[in-house]
Formats: sequence, structure tokens, C-alpha cells
Amino acid sequence: MDAQLLTTIFVGLSFALYIGIAIWSRAGSTSEFYVAGGHVHPIANGMATAADWMSAASFISMAGIIAFAGYDASVYLMGWTGGYVLLALLLAPYLRKFGQFTVPDFIGERYYSKTARIVAVICLIVVSFTYIAGQMRGVGVVFSRFLEMPIEWGVITGMGVVFFYAVLGGMKGITYTQVAQYCVLIFAYLVPAVFISILITGNPIPQLGLGSNVTGETVSVLEKLDGALIDLGFTAFTAGSKSTIDVFAITLALMVGTAGLPHVIVRFFTVPKVSDARKSAGYALVFIALLYTTAPAVGAFARLNFIDSVNEKPYAEAPGWVKSWEDIGLIAWTDKNSDGVVQYASGGAIEGPPDYTGERGASGERLLANVKTASRNEIFVDQDIMVLANPEIAALPAWVIALVAAGGVAAALSTAAGLLLVISSAISHDLLKRTFRPQITEKTELMAARGAAAAAILVAGYLGINPPGFVAQVVALAFGLAAASLFPAILMGIFFKGVNREGAVAGMIAGLVFTLSYIVYFKSPWFGAVNTADQWLFGISPEGIGAVGMALNFVVALTVARFTSATPAEVRAMVDDIRMPAAR
Amino acid sequence: MEPKNPKLDAAANAQAYWRENVKLLGVLLAIWFAVSFGAGILFVDTLNAVQIGGFKLGFWFAQQGSIIVFVILIFVYAARMRVIEKRFGVSEEAE
Repeated sequence: MDAQLLTTIFVGLSFALYIGIAIWSRAGSTSEFYVAGGHVHPIANGMATAADWMSAASFISMAGIIAFAGYDASVYLMGWTGGYVLLALLLAPYLRKFGQFTVPDFIGERYYSKTARIVAVICLIVVSFTYIAGQMRGVGVVFSRFLEMPIEWGVITGMGVVFFYAVLGGMKGITYTQVAQYCVLIFAYLVPAVFISILITGNPIPQLGLGSNVTGETVSVLEKLDGALIDLGFTAFTAGSKSTIDVFAITLALMVGTAGLPHVIVRFFTVPKVSDARKSAGYALVFIALLYTTAPAVGAFARLNFIDSVNEKPYAEAPGWVKSWEDIGLIAWTDKNSDGVVQYASGGAIEGPPDYTGERGASGERLLANVKTASRNEIFVDQDIMVLANPEIAALPAWVIALVAAGGVAAALSTAAGLLLVISSAISHDLLKRTFRPQITEKTELMAARGAAAAAILVAGYLGINPPGFVAQVVALAFGLAAASLFPAILMGIFFKGVNREGAVAGMIAGLVFTLSYIVYFKSPWFGAVNTADQWLFGISPEGIGAVGMALNFVVALTVARFTSATPAEVRAMVDDIRMPAAR
Repeated sequence: MEPKNPKLDAAANAQAYWRENVKLLGVLLAIWFAVSFGAGILFVDTLNAVQIGGFKLGFWFAQQGSIIVFVILIFVYAARMRVIEKRFGVSEEAE
């Protein structure tokens, strides 16, 4: 059977599984819709959290980023895992003890203020929509490459499946589909990684393969890659090019942002007990670490394979995957010295993304209208293709390729569903029930939650089909804003009884406005700012500025709280209560 | 269940429990900081001079080691807290 038919079957089967689970686990009450009734086993919740967390970006893009950035990509590896330590130690157990439905619930009650709740809802919605557009796009990319379907139809199909299980099942349906999606995605990630590790090093464990000797040679994979890259004019794979302070700030912003992301936090509202919340965060990180410790190996193997299969090879004889990715515009080649041979070197090959003229060159390549750079490099490659192309690059069987496609779709759908749920519960619970329409019945609230989920899916689908170029660039925004607004407010709510309503609101607004302005100033086209290190505050890039925003939030909140009225006694008592695991 | 030490009243017991918890958090977060921001970022060049297997040590901490330590930290916290909760009689299981 050919890869495309197999892919259709694999993706179709996985969809049937998700829909079956959704029908089996319909939500009957608001508690089931928002937090799965609080009855999820800690291991199941760990798996669901891992699927919730690992998005299209983790599955599809991360190994590609590592392949091309080497040590510099460590910020994502440490940043996106270290946040779970903060979550398990500082937030999850106490929020579980608090025992409500949403993150704005906690902020609204702890700071006895509707304003605080609404500021939290705004942060939550900005963070979640920024994130979700990328997920829908991920589904579209997988569909278009493997099923040769237009990206739009891929997005619409994905929307249909998520619509079915998120609207019907709420958190309960999402939780159990996420468990299934985790199994699909981790299997799909590990199988090709193990195959490739065996092919290159003979060691079946990719994490060890990364440090093992290349088969038949006396150098390790990393040493060989360092050598090959230096020969081609790149910096070594294991060396970085970012400044230490920037690496530090980005890692901190990503860690704190991870711990402050509402769709991750809310997963810990679904376990039965406080001690389960701690354990569950541990399991979640085990399941995440399986993929995250494999990614550096996949990235390094992919870069080695890529160099081996294209550099100094005639383009006419390039492997099939080069041509198929060229067909959808993610690879391009321009024969600068007219020798028909691909030269790969440091520096971009062309200015901007490929702009094909529609004609073919002497070696069968799609000709480009782009301005050529001065670099020797002749090949443009979109780093997102590395994981998806890896099985083809390593010439693995067709069923592995089909599996990877199903895994990519699972990763994107599970994250999209988790995000949709926090958006819909913020609208139906925090805005309607708790703020503007407190008189509505549970039944009406449940209907509103389903309606809000449906509306959110339509907006997400629209963003997936028409990705706003500016938002696509600012995934940093989601982490930066979560780090600068939600995380400090929750942390101080638990650990600093003295922080009052005025302090928290001022802190959140200061963190949010500062971080948002900094990112928009450097990343948007509106101000003409030059996004380079010498222009940045303290040499910290927009990706890392959330760390400064977080510090600002703490300072503003603690200062304002000192000079305004003390926290009321009943709120202090509530904080005492959430600090104790046993109900008193 | 009564607190193990009857001399402490409930509020003082709660306070002592909270101090234990914060102390443990301090130790674990110091390790969290040391393996990631320390070994993986601030001292990465120094540690890269050490080669273990096919890995430079600093690079290994940044891309593998820190993640493994993070997992261990969370499970150590969960286990230690179970012990501390029992000691202060605030465990959920004790009800």
C-alpha cells in the first residue's frame, strides 16, 4: 500500500477512536464539563496533561528547531519542562484544594474583586487564542502534505472532529481523548526515532544514541555533527550564539509562562485529591520528558542525514522527499554556480521565503524570483519539515510515515481542544455565571459553555485558515503574558497573604501592559523598530521579556499592597485553608 | 486524627506544617535552579570542557540532564510531603 492510503487509514482510525471516546464520555453537568467531575486518575491526568501541553509545535517544530539551532534550542527544552516543577511545587496542589472550576475563579475569589477576575479572563483569552491559531495551522499542514488536501480543508476537518468531542464531552470528553491522543503521538514520535538511532549508531535508545559513536566510525554523533557544521561555516551544534542573559531570560519566561498557562493549570482541577495533583504533575512531566529528551536526538540525526543526503549531490538525483517538499513550497534550491550540484553552507540562500516563478530549471528545480544572497548556500529548507520528513529521509517504511502524520494531527487536536475548553469556561462561568448573569441555572450555564466552545472553534478555524502573519510570529506572546500576568497573581495569592485586591490588579495590569507593549513594539511592523540585541532592554529579546514583566508584576503588587488597605480576615482564612491538604 | 504533638494547638500546628513545606520548597527549587540556569546556562562553557561518553557535560545538562532532574524533583516533593503531612496530622488519607 502506498503512504497516502495508509495515512488516510491511520488518521481516519484515530478520528473514529476520538469520536467513540467522546460519545462514551458525554458531560452531564457543569462540573463534568469544566473539570471532568474531579474524578480523573492521576496517571490518566498526567497523560492528558502531556497531550494537552505538547502541541503541533512540540511534535512538528521542536526537533527541527533543535536541528538548526543546536544549543540555542535548549531554552525550549528546559523552559517547557522546568515549568512543571514550578507548577507541581508552587501552584497545582493549592489550586486543587481551592476546588473551583477556572483560573479566573481563583484570582477573583482570592482578590475579592470582579475587576481582578475580568483582568484574568482577558489575559486568559489573549494567551489561549494566540496559541490556538498555530494548532489549527498544524493540522492543515499535515493534511496538505500527507493527504494532498488543501490546507483549508485540513483545518475544517480538524475543526469538525474537535467540535464533536469538545462541545459534547467538555473536559470529561477532552480528558479521555487526550489520553488516547498521547498514546498515538508518543508512539508516532518514538518509532522513527528508534529506527533512525539504530541506523546511525546501532543504539536503540535515541537519548543514548545521541552520545554514541556513529556506526563504523570513532566519533560520536555530536562530535561528527560539530565537525561537519564547522566545515560548512556554521557554529558548532553544541555551541550557542545567543547572549547568556538572553538565554537566561527566555528560559525563565518560558518556565514561568508554562506554569501560568490556564489550559495546563486547569488540568490539575480534575484529580480527586491534593496529593494527586502533586503526583499527577510528576507523571505529566515523565510523559512529556519521553518526547522532550528524544527531540534533541531526532534533531541531531536529522541534521546529519540532511547534510549527507543533499550537500554536494546533483539536484537531478536528489531523493524523492526533497521534490515533494519543494512541491508544497517548504524546500527551494537555486543553482548559484550553475553546476547542477547542491551546495549547503551557513547563511540564508535567498532573501525571504521562496517565491516560485512557475518555471522549471535545468535540473528540474522550481525556479525562484527571490534575490540571491552572497552566501555559498543554495538550499532553502523550512525547519518545520524535519520531523515530518525524517522517516522519508531515513527511508523508513510507509506505515511509519502514516503514523507520524496521525501523531502530528493528534498533537495539534489535543492542544486545541484543551485551549477551547478554557476559553469557553472563562466565558460561560467567569463572565456569565460569576459576573454578568449570576441568576442563570446550571442547565443554562452548560448550554452557554457548549455555545461558547462552538463559537471559539469557529474563530480558531478562521485564524488557522487566515493566519495573521503578526500573531504567527508572537507565540512568545502567550508565554510572556502568562508569565507576566497570571503566574505572579496566583503565586502571591497562595504564598503572600498580605497581597490585596489593589496590589494584584495593579501588578497584573503592569506586567501585562509592559510585556505586551515590548513585544508589539519589536515584533509588529507598526513602529519600525529594529529587532536587534543593541536595541533591546538589558539585551533581552521579546521572547524573554516576560521574565522582566513577571518581576515588574511582583514589585508593583507588593508595593501597592503595602500602601493600601489590608487583606480582609475571611480571605486570609481562605488562604490558610488552601494551604492545608486536609479539609478542616 | 489528633496532631502527633498535643502541645501545639491547631493554628500553631498549621504554621509549623507550612514552615516545613516552605523549607522543602527552598531546597528543591535551589536544585531546580542549579541544574538548569546553573549547569545548563551560566556555567555551560566551563562544564563543556568535561566530556562524558559522547556528550559535553554542559550541553548534556541543557538538553537532557536538567529534564531528568526535574522529573525526580517532583516525585521527591510528592513523597516528602506525604511524610510531612502525616507528621503534622494534616494528611487527606488520615481522615
